[in-house]
Amino acid sequence: MDAVEQIVLPERSRRMPMSRVIGAYLTEMRTECVRYLRAPGFMLPVLLLPTMFYLLFGIVMNRVNGPDALRFLLASYGVFGVMSPGLFGFGVSLATERDNGLLTLKRALPMPPGAYLLGKMLMAMLAAGVVIVLLLVMAVGLGHVPVTAAQAFQLLVTGMVGVLPFCALGMFIGTLVKGQGAPGVLNMIYLPMSFLSGLWVPLSMLPGALQKLAPIWPSSHLHAVALRAVGLSQDPVGMHLLVLAGFTVLFGVLAARRLRRVG
Amino acid sequence: MEQPVATVASLAGAVKRYGALTALDGLDLMLHRGELLALLGPNGAGKSTAINLLLGLVRADAGRVSLFGKDPQDIDARRRIGVMLQSAVLPGTLSVSELLRLTMSYYPAPRTLAETAEMAGVSDLLARRYAGLSGGQQRRVQFAMALCGRPELLFLDEPTVGMDIDARRKLWAAIRQLVAEGCAVVLTTHYLEEAEALAQRVVVLAKGRVLSDGSVHALRSRVAHSRIRCVTDLDAAAVAMWPKVTSAVREDGRLEVCTEAAEAVVRRLLDADPALSELEVLRAGLAEAFTEITREESNEQEAA
Repeated sequence: MDAVEQIVLPERSRRMPMSRVIGAYLTEMRTECVRYLRAPGFMLPVLLLPTMFYLLFGIVMNRVNGPDALRFLLASYGVFGVMSPGLFGFGVSLATERDNGLLTLKRALPMPPGAYLLGKMLMAMLAAGVVIVLLLVMAVGLGHVPVTAAQAFQLLVTGMVGVLPFCALGMFIGTLVKGQGAPGVLNMIYLPMSFLSGLWVPLSMLPGALQKLAPIWPSSHLHAVALRAVGLSQDPVGMHLLVLAGFTVLFGVLAARRLRRVG
Repeated sequence: MEQPVATVASLAGAVKRYGALTALDGLDLMLHRGELLALLGPNGAGKSTAINLLLGLVRADAGRVSLFGKDPQDIDARRRIGVMLQSAVLPGTLSVSELLRLTMSYYPAPRTLAETAEMAGVSDLLARRYAGLSGGQQRRVQFAMALCGRPELLFLDEPTVGMDIDARRKLWAAIRQLVAEGCAVVLTTHYLEEAEALAQRVVVLAKGRVLSDGSVHALRSRVAHSRIRCVTDLDAAAVAMWPKVTSAVREDGRLEVCTEAAEAVVRRLLDADPALSELEVLRAGLAEAFTEITREESNEQEAA
């Protein structure tokens, strides 16, 4: 097939060398990160919300309960903080860019497949990493929580990889809602889900029915993983990781299908 | 081997429906190498749908769409095109050079940043953030993104909207340079003088079909009318009765005569009024031709 086309159009055989394809992916990712790091309207809420919550409800108000309360809240607000770059970074930007023609232009241009989504994914992972680092610095510096290097590292990895299911969910919402409506819809998911997963108030203090409901929220599974990372639980997390991976694949596939069909 | 070498993209019997609305109704269109084709038509004629099919943004319900002998959704085919869409909001926090470098990275053998910027007239804007640019400057940046990949086929959707006259002329010059290099260009525009200034071939669409396909000259000659304007005391109603005169009216103290035989009518006018002055004869432009053709179409539709 290819050989025939070459004969039909002999002018220039335009093969894209693999090195340039990789270069295109890297440029797309770097540009996507730079673009959001320069947008205070995106970065400030993502960084400030979890850190302010941790400062107020953790370090200021919970000091009396000792370092274990602060350690617990480090995991909780870590998960809370990781959810937002995933949900909003993907959901809001996808909804906006579907609306304003940028996605259409990118689809018309020879951007390598998936580069657009990979760029956003990397950006969300970076933002999640920054949130976790900020929380760790506050926990150790201000709250004097004894966190080992291994625990800090585990929490960082949990945050940066744990953002992915929320990227997938945000992406799915972004394919359903267009433009201005997305932040509202995402907050309707983000805030109740955080509460119902025991990120603000420990699950054990919620009504029994809500406790039973918790496993359907991906954030409750990530919470379990984060608690283990900071050393507050010894329960195996294999099942939680599986659920999170399944959740990521499910919503990722749903979103990709919708994107291909509607654009 | 069916396609001749010169064809870079084609639609053959392309049909696209959106619910009950038929946007394209069996459209045939060939794009040739080194040719600037202007795609004209009233709103809803199917221009955007035709372009979206060629860009692989939508799928045809029937018919064949080919871009460099391939499916337009094949990335290898799209690596040979450049695109400037009518409405795309680019990330405002990026600088012009970042936007250009990103777009350049998609192509196998792009122009250099300096060459791209020079051709599109954005050399002085490279360090600026996109959000801080005026509408016309943003259009120029989008044009730079369209040509940076050394495309063999360039899609320009209303490229000069929001540009001042000077910027528009510069963009026209850049487009002519690209065509001279052998690049094929598809241009949609609402400015008929733009099509007249640039296009070798004009395709007029209406209701998803090709209404007229030919050179600017051929299109204009479909409308045989010329307009004669002059300052004279002759009575408009009397002139209107002359043979070959379609209409004659007095406007702003001038007589305006519409005719198929400009030479004969001018001779008679000069004979009838030796004091006649400020004589002008205007051939029908693309605008008149376009209005005429689309009106004929709608008359036929009503008659049918």
